[in-house]
Order: sequence, then structure tokens, then C-alpha cells
Amino acid sequence: MSEHDWPLWEVFVRARRGLAHLHAGSLHAPDAHLALRNARDLFTRRGEGVSLWVVPADAVTASSPDEKDPFFDPAADKPYRHPTFFALPEGVEHL
Amino acid sequence: MTTAPPTAPGPSPAPAGPPVAYVLRPADDALIAAQRMAQWCTNAPQLEEDVALANIALDLLGQARALLTHAGGLEGRGRDEDALAFLRDEPEFTNVQLVELPNGDFAHSIAKLLFFAAYQRLWYERTAAARDPELAAIAAKAVKESTYHLDHAATWTERLGDGTEESHRRMRAGVAAVWPYTHDLFAADPLAARLAAEGVGVDPAELRPEWLATVEEVLTRSGLAVPAGDWAPTGGRHGVHTEHFSLLLMEMQSLHRAHPGVTW
Amino acid sequence: MAERPTQTPPMPGSDRLLAEVTQAGEELARTHSGAHDGPAEADEEALAARFKEIVAADGKIEPRDWMPGGYRASLVRQLAQHAHSEIVGMQPEAHWIGRAPSLYRKAVLLAKVQDEAGHGLYLYAAAETLGVRRADLLDALHEGRQGYLSFINYPTLTWADTGALAWLTDGAAIVNQVPLCRTSYGPYARAMVRVCKEESFHHRQGFDSLWALTHGSPRQREMAQAAVDRWWYPALAMFGPPHSASTHSERSMAWRIKRFTNDELRQRFVDVCVPQAEALGVTLPDPELRWNAERGHYDFTPPDFAELRRVIRGDGPCNRERVAHRRAAHEEGAWVREAAAAHARRRAARSADAEADSGSGSGSGSGADAGDAAGSGGAAAGTDRPGGARADAEGMPA
Repeated sequence: MSEHDWPLWEVFVRARRGLAHLHAGSLHAPDAHLALRNARDLFTRRGEGVSLWVVPADAVTASSPDEKDPFFDPAADKPYRHPTFFALPEGVEHL
Repeated sequence: MTTAPPTAPGPSPAPAGPPVAYVLRPADDALIAAQRMAQWCTNAPQLEEDVALANIALDLLGQARALLTHAGGLEGRGRDEDALAFLRDEPEFTNVQLVELPNGDFAHSIAKLLFFAAYQRLWYERTAAARDPELAAIAAKAVKESTYHLDHAATWTERLGDGTEESHRRMRAGVAAVWPYTHDLFAADPLAARLAAEGVGVDPAELRPEWLATVEEVLTRSGLAVPAGDWAPTGGRHGVHTEHFSLLLMEMQSLHRAHPGVTW
Repeated sequence: MAERPTQTPPMPGSDRLLAEVTQAGEELARTHSGAHDGPAEADEEALAARFKEIVAADGKIEPRDWMPGGYRASLVRQLAQHAHSEIVGMQPEAHWIGRAPSLYRKAVLLAKVQDEAGHGLYLYAAAETLGVRRADLLDALHEGRQGYLSFINYPTLTWADTGALAWLTDGAAIVNQVPLCRTSYGPYARAMVRVCKEESFHHRQGFDSLWALTHGSPRQREMAQAAVDRWWYPALAMFGPPHSASTHSERSMAWRIKRFTNDELRQRFVDVCVPQAEALGVTLPDPELRWNAERGHYDFTPPDFAELRRVIRGDGPCNRERVAHRRAAHEEGAWVREAAAAHARRRAARSADAEADSGSGSGSGSGADAGDAAGSGGAAAGTDRPGGARADAEGMPA
């Protein structure tokens, strides 16, 4: 049975030009071509995207929960990397 | 099975654009194909495929509605898409028999979709350049859809043809069962031939070489071949249908006909 | 999609619920999970404390976070039941697609039933982040080890049932599900934001379809009223047994998987429905239904919970057919799924050979522009080049 299970794919959708692909969800498909087709039908039925990526879920390497703190903490003390860190002078817009 | 009567039912020539009968052919093709495709809903081999087949059915239904509405407008007798879909009788439908055939198994349905979408894509491609601007606009949108349907059918034909022993056997059987009905897509059609000569329409007979090249390539890639045999049932364009058709119509029209003249 | 000049009045109360979904979606984007704040030591007690802290602060638990076994089990149970309800719930409405009385209604109904398959897929995917496999959940459904919402086991006897079912049971589902957009498990909350936005289309189309009937011929009005009579109590029963008799409620609320009691939600639903029924011109089949100024709510007769238990146990009018239909589709599709898997294995082997020959490596992902128009063959651009195709200009991240 499990031999015939279709693998899981992670789907990333670019909502419109100028935006990054964002993780939208996952689905099952036997191969990349059908994964793309299924992703199009499932995640862009209402015109939610202009571009799609599908990636085998197996191919995603994630940081492990155990190393979470050393892995992410260095970024936590660099708030200046986030645009909201900088207060804008009044009257300045669209920055 | 069936043979065509010598003449087509006489269309009332409209003041502008092609005759109503010419537009009703692709409209009926799309409507009946949509009706069949929608029968897969809740029955597909995988949930993802349920979504995909419903998308295709919705595309076909959208094409049918646009074409029926256009035909009703050309006719000018106040018949809207619903009057044309629900209140015509069997002999008034001019879809090819191919689209009314029962779905059979998944391979059978994929074979139908492959042959039909490959035909529709070519017809819409040519029609997108038609002199009738409304028909051209409908075709321009539909050609993208048919291209997608064709790719879906080709994708599955290849996976079934080159899958397991069982899927290969089923795909081959599906192709063999449906193939004879493809000839009617390209049967000699005096109305279409005349309109093509006048630069108003497409003569389907001219589409066959390119259609054959497309489906042959897909079949070959899938380890399958064009079936032999010269049985070629025809008649759909003249209102002659298979035994399956009246049952399909009965289901589709029953509720609408049970409540004449109301709004839904 | 299918446009139709609609004369339907706005549906009382529906905007507020949709606004809540939007707000929950925005909150999700802002939520600080608190996951980086905790202590580094990984002992169970500290992890449990951190889990509690995150939940208490209305943060989100994510798949790789530590979570109590019971929390995981509750979520799997709830997500599976929810996903099963979406896919089995397609059947009562799909029953009428072939006979829809206008092409517009046919298109809308088909799109709605298709959405339900989509919702099922989102929810199975959310369940899979908890370490279960969809194939196993489907087996559990097909073998009767897991259930789905009870209302699905009632028949759609006339066309009006599709409208009444959508108005009442989708309406109940929205009341039930809107709070789930804020549930503590991140993937569930995200799936629910998506589901609820689409669900509001279902609810509205049901209302719209019923409205056409209640403003139509005498026979259409009768049909509509009879269908509302049939679906009112199955819809009320969707909120489950009273809180006092609910086995899972207390803990689910503490973990913020669930945020309101069954009774609170049922009351909320009744309060929303009454003005909608008035707008439709149908009578809700409860002689005891009346406004209680003291409580600020409508009083109503609760559903027959003994009947609910019978239906859940498997003795509703359609339980057997519904499960048999699902099982048949699954079993008859087995050869297709096997064929696609076999083809993919063969293709992978061929491309591995080809790569070995040419010595070129490549990514395994695939991308495509979805195209600029509905139905365009965008994804068709992703042809099957060995090793995965890529049609997007940027390509995959390395």
C-alpha cells in the first residue's frame, strides 16, 4: 500500500509580481508535473497567484527544534534589520 | 450504429455573424462534455484529481454558457442559455457522439478528454481569428482552457499508458473504445465548409492532420498506438445520437422542465 | 465565475463573521509565537511550561514545537473529522449537480462542491504536519474508525435541499469555524482562514438559491420551506452535545484548540439565523423560538441529542451510502494511483541514469508561472525535464 502512496509536496505561491513566493500548503502528487497541476487547481482557483513552486517535502531541510535557540537568537538582537526599527520623521511616506 | 440523414436541419440565416446552427455545435459539445465530466465529482481516483476534473468541467460549462448565449442572440427569438440547454429535444442537439458517451473508467474518460480537447484547442485557435468578434472573444478565452485540458489528458495518458500492466491495458482499451467516435469530429460538413469558404467559419475536416499529429505523439509517448479499424459512427451534427444521450438529457433537463417558466 | 444579476438582499449578520475571519488572518501575520523566548534546556518540564506560556499568551504552536501528547491527539482527531466532513459532505450536494435547474446554478454548485474537496485537502495537509499520513486517515474513514459531521447523513430530497443545506449547515459551520481561525495550532489556524473565506461564498450562494425559491412560484416556495424544515435540526445538532455532556470540550478549551462551548456557538447560530429566515420569508420549524429580552438572545428548542447520538453511531438515513460511496471511489481509483506511482518511479530511475551519463545534477523542485488568465495553461509550461522542471525566471532557491 505505502509503496503506492503519492509523496507530499510543499507549495509556494507568488501572489503577484513584486512579492516573494510564500508557502501556501502542501499536497500529494506522484511527480513534479502533476504536483504543479494540482497546486494550480488547489491554491490558485480564485486567481490567488501568478507563479508556483512545488518542492518535495522530503527535500526541505529544517532547523531542528533542539538547535532553535542558538540558530535564531543571533538575529533576535539585531532589531535594526527590521524596517520598523527606524522611526520615520513625520511627513515621510512610501519609504 | 447510426448514419447521417442527407441534409442538415435548416438554420434560419441571421442578419450578421454565422448561422445559429454553426454556433450551437461547439456549444452543445461543451455542454454535454461538461455534464459528463461533472459526473466524476466525488468519484475521482484521488482528491486532487477531483479538484482537477471539476475545474475542467467548470471551464467547459463556462464555454457552453457563453456559446449558447451567443447563439440565442444570433437567433434573435429570445432564447437564453437555459432555454437552449433545457428546452430542446434530443434531435435538436448537434454535439458529436464522442462527448455523450458514458464515462467508463478513468482511462476511458481520459481518452475522451484527450481526443476532444485536442480537437477543441484547434477549433478555438482558428475561431479566435473569426470575423464574428463575439465568437472570436469566446474562442480566445477557451483556447487557453483547452490547451490546459489537453495537457491534463496527455499527462494522464502517459502515466496510465506507461504505468502498471493493468493501467496500460485499461488505457489501451479506453483509446480503442473511444477512437471510432473521433471521426465524426472531422466529418464532411456542408455548412461549415461553406462558411469556411466564405471566411466566416472553420471547416473541421481541415483540422484533422494537425489533430492526428498531436494525439499520435501523445499515444506514442505513452506506449500506445492509433487503433486500427474503419468503423466510424456519425450523426451527432445532424441530431442523431447514441442510446446513452436521452438518459443524459433526461437527467439534465428533468427539474427545469418540471417547473415551466419559473426563475431559479 | 458565473455572474448573475442578483436581486438578493444582503444576508443579515454575515459581514460581521467575515470581518472576524479577516481579522484573525491579520492577527496570524502579526502573532509572535514566543517560540524563541524560552529557556534553552530541553527537559520535558521546561518544554511543557513553555508550551503553556505560548498558549496562554495566545501565541501559535508550530509543527516542530514540543507539544503534549494529548494536544497532538486532540488535534489529529479534530482535523481528521473536519477533513472527512469536507469530502464526505460533497456527496449530498453533488447529488444535484447533474439536475441543477439552470446553467448558472450548475456552475455555482459544482464550484462549491469542488471547494469542499479543496478544503478537505487543506485540512488533511494540516493534519499531516502532526505526523500522521492522509492515506491512514482515509483508511480510518473508510473503515468507520473515524467520523464526520452528522448532518451529512441526511438526504437531499429536492433541489431546495441544496440551498437549505448550504444556508443552514454552512452557516453553522462558519459560526463553528470562525473561532478556529484563532486556534492555537498554527497550521490549523492558517487552513481555517482560507476555508472560512471560501465558506462564506458557500453560505451566500445557499441563501441566494433559497431566496430565488422563496420569491418564486408556490411550488418553489413549498419546496424551500420543506427543505428548511428538514435541515434546521441537523444544523443545530452540528454544534454537538451540550457542553455538560461533551467529552472533549473542557481540555480543548484549555488548550485553546476550541474557544467557545458548543452551547455558546449554537446560541450564536440561532441568533444569526432568525433575521436571515425573516429576510428569506421562511419559518424556522420551532414553535418555541422567540426573543428573550432578558437574556438578549433567542430562546429555542434544542435538537434531539438522542437522534444525534444514533446518527453519529451510524444509524442515520444515509450513513451507509455515504461511506460506501467514498470507499468505492477510493478502491476504484487504486489502480490509477498505483499507475502514477509506478510511472514516477520509472521516470526517476530513467532520469537518474541520464544524470549519471551526463554528470549534471539538478534540483528536484518544480515551478511554473500560473499564467495571467483563469484556465490558461500556465502550469503546462512546467514540462517534465529530467530532474524536475522549472519555468520560473528566478528558479528555485539553491
